[in-house]
Amino acid sequence: MSDKNNHSLHDFGPTGSMLENMDTHNKNLENIGVEILPIHTGGTVHAKRIPGFFRSLKWWLASVWIIFFIGPYLRWNGHQAVLFDLESRQFHIFNVTILPQDIWMLTLVLLFCSMLLAASTTVGGRLWCGYACFQTVWTDVFTWFEEKIEGQPNKRIKLESAPMSWSKFVIKMKKHLVWLLLGFLTGFTFVAYFVDVFDLWKRLFFFEWSLIETGIILALGFATYFFAGILREQTCIGFCPYARIQGAMIDTQTELPTYDVDRGEPRGRLKRLKPGEEAPKLGDCIDCNLCVAVCPTGVDIRYGQQFGCITCGLCIDACDSVMEKIKKPKGLIRYASLSEFAGEKLPVIWKRPRVIVYAGIMFIALGMLIWGLLNMSGIDVKALHERSPLYVQMSDGSVQNKWTVKVVNKGNEPMKAEISATGPSDLRYNVDRVLKIQPGNVGAATLYVQIPKKRLISTSTPIVIKVVDLNNPSVFEEYSSNFIGPKVR
Amino acid sequence: MAHNNPWPDEGNTGHIWDEDLRELDNPPPLWWMLSFYAGFIMIIFYSLYYPTIPLTNASGEFTKGMADWTQVNEYQEDFKVLNDWRTAKFADKEEQLAALPVTEILKNEDLKSYAIATSKALFGDYCAACHASGGAGIPGFPVLADDDWLWGGSIAQIEASIANGRIGNMPAKGMMGNLTDQEISDVADYVIALSEGRGDDAAYSAGKAVYSKGMCVACHGPAGTPMAPTGAANLADGIWRFASDRDSVVSVIAHGVNVKKNGVHIEGTRQAVMPSFKERLPNADVNIKRLAVYVHSLGGGQ
Repeated sequence: MSDKNNHSLHDFGPTGSMLENMDTHNKNLENIGVEILPIHTGGTVHAKRIPGFFRSLKWWLASVWIIFFIGPYLRWNGHQAVLFDLESRQFHIFNVTILPQDIWMLTLVLLFCSMLLAASTTVGGRLWCGYACFQTVWTDVFTWFEEKIEGQPNKRIKLESAPMSWSKFVIKMKKHLVWLLLGFLTGFTFVAYFVDVFDLWKRLFFFEWSLIETGIILALGFATYFFAGILREQTCIGFCPYARIQGAMIDTQTELPTYDVDRGEPRGRLKRLKPGEEAPKLGDCIDCNLCVAVCPTGVDIRYGQQFGCITCGLCIDACDSVMEKIKKPKGLIRYASLSEFAGEKLPVIWKRPRVIVYAGIMFIALGMLIWGLLNMSGIDVKALHERSPLYVQMSDGSVQNKWTVKVVNKGNEPMKAEISATGPSDLRYNVDRVLKIQPGNVGAATLYVQIPKKRLISTSTPIVIKVVDLNNPSVFEEYSSNFIGPKVR
Repeated sequence: MAHNNPWPDEGNTGHIWDEDLRELDNPPPLWWMLSFYAGFIMIIFYSLYYPTIPLTNASGEFTKGMADWTQVNEYQEDFKVLNDWRTAKFADKEEQLAALPVTEILKNEDLKSYAIATSKALFGDYCAACHASGGAGIPGFPVLADDDWLWGGSIAQIEASIANGRIGNMPAKGMMGNLTDQEISDVADYVIALSEGRGDDAAYSAGKAVYSKGMCVACHGPAGTPMAPTGAANLADGIWRFASDRDSVVSVIAHGVNVKKNGVHIEGTRQAVMPSFKERLPNADVNIKRLAVYVHSLGGGQ
C-alpha cells in the first residue's frame, strides 16, 4: 500500500473513515432521515486477533469447511462417495444416484437453504456471514497466515509503508505463495467433485488436465486468492448481495452484537485523578477502540447495527477482555435485540410470525425432498406419439397408432424393460423389442397399438403404456397417453 | 431543473434536479478510456485481418482480409470435422450395412436402430415428396405406414420395390376393354360392397357377374384378395389405392391405371409409377437397405 493510504488511515478520526472529514451536510441525506454510518475506506483493514469465546466458536465452525477438502477422497462402494459426474449426467451422493430427471429436488434443497438463511438471520442476525460464509472463513484463514508471516497489525502496517527491500520482498513473497497455494487447493478441490480426485492428481503430474479443468482450477484459484487475500471485507461491503438482503431481514427482535449505549456513554478514557480533582461522570466505555481494532470489516459497533457489520462477535470478545481488566461486568457489547434495550420482553422463538412462516416453508421443502428421495423410481418413461401420420387405417379395419417409448434406467443394475399397453378390451399391440438398458442409459422401442375402428367412440381414446423391468418386476412405470383415431361419423 | 446553482465551483454542468441531484462533468476512469482507445486500435487490425471493406477487387471478388477468412469456409471446415468424426465413429456399422443382406439387418437390433435413425433425412429428401413424412401418404400416392402392400410387405420385397421401382398396371373397362357403362357402374357397386364385407349380398349379383366377365378376378383374386403381391389392390379390405368415393372407383375401372395409347397416357387414366432408386440414390447399395428397414418399421412391415 502507498504512503497516501497509510497517511489517510491516521488522519481520519477514530473510525478511520473518510466520512469523518467529509462535509456531508449539503447532501441533505440527514434531512430525509438517512444516517450515514462510517465504513472503512482507508486501505486494508488489519484486524487484531484476540482470544475469546467467539474467536473459538469461529474456528470450530470454520473447521466444518475441512469436510469440503476431505470430501472428494471419501470412497463408497468403490467409487468416489460424492461425485457430480457431468459427462455421464449422474450425481453420486453416497448410495444415491441422481439423474437429470430428479434434478427438481435440487430446487427444494435451494429453497430449504434460503429459508434457513432467512430464519437464522431473523433470529440471530447475519449468522451465515459472521461464522459460516466461505468469504469470512477463507479471509480468516488467509489473515491468520498473514499474521504468522508478517506479524501483528502494527508490524504489518509498518511493513506496508516501508520501501521495497529484499527482506520485504521475501516476506511478501512467502505470504502470496501460501495464499496462492490455498487458492489452488480450493479450485482443485472444487473440480475434484466433478472428476475422480486421484485421477485428477495423477493427471496433474503428467500435465494432462483438459482445458476446462485447467481453466476452472486456475480461475477459481485466483478468485480465491483475490477475494480472500486482497479484497477481503470489501467483498462483503461492496459486492455481496446476500449481505444487503440479510440486512433487510433483521428486525427489532433480532439478536445482534450490540453496544449498550446506556451503560457505555458518555465514554471516556480512564484517567489517574490529580489530588482534589473530581472524578468525571463517565459510562463503562473507556474508548479504548479495541472493538474497532479487532473488527474484520473495520466498523465501529458503537454506532449501532450497520451494513458493514457481519455480526461475527469478535468485538464482544475484545470488549469483554477489557471489561475483565478494568473490573467491570462483561457484556457492554453483547448479543441483544433492540426490543430488549427498549425494555420489551421478546416472545419465544417459535411464536414469532417470521420464524413460523420461514420454518413452515422449510418443513414443506424438507418434506417434499424426503418424499422425492423415498419415491425416486428406478425407471423413467417417456412415450412419444408419432405425429406423421397420427393414425393409420389398417387393412383389417382397425386403426393403428405408433409410439416411440423411451425408457431411462435410473437404477444401478442392468434393466430388461418390457413394454405393454392397455385400453379398450380388443386393443392389440406389438413392440419391436425387449429393451436391455445399462444403468444410467436410455433405450428406445417402437410400440404399435391397434384398435378396431368400430370400437373408437371419439378421436381420442385414453390408453396406458406400462413398462416393467423383467429383472426386477417391482420397478415399473405407467404412462398415460391418448390413442388418436379418425373422426367418428 | 433549478435555475440557481448553489455549487458553482463543483464543476457541475448546471443541470440540477430535485434541489440537489446534479450532473457532474467528471472524466471517465482511466482504465475505461484506455480500453476505449484500445478498442479503436483493435478495429484497425480487425478490419485489416477480416473481410471488412465492402468493395470488390480487380478480379471482381469481394475484398478479403489478410487472413483470407470467410464464413462459409469456416462452416465447411467445421462441418468436415463433424462429418469425419461421424464417419469414423459409425464406420463399422456402415460396413455391416453394406455386407449383410437386408433380412439379417432386420434381425440385428443395434443395426436396425442405426439404419432407422440414419434414414429419416434420406427419406425426407427422396421419398417424402410422394409418400409424405413418416410414410403418411398423400392423395394418389400409397401410405407406407399401413399394412396394405400392393407389391409385398416383406423386407426383401420392399427393398426390391425401392431398388427397381414399380409400375402400376390395370386395363381400362376390364381385361378385354369391352365393359359397358352400366357394367362398370354395377362392378363399382360390387367392389365397394366387397370392401365393406357385403359382397355376397343379392343386390350386387349383377356386379359380381361383371367382375368375372371382365376378368377382374385374374389379378384381384376371386373375392377381391389377390393371390400374390403383383401390384393389384386388395379390394376386400378397407384401404383404397386411390380414393374410396364411388366416382373415383368408377373412373379407375373406366380408364384403368397407366393405360397408354401411342406411348401417351390416355385421358382420365390413373398414373402410378414408383421410379427405380438404384441410380437416383447416392451410395445406393447401402442406402436402399437402410430405407427398406425404415419403411418396414413405419407400421406395417411383414
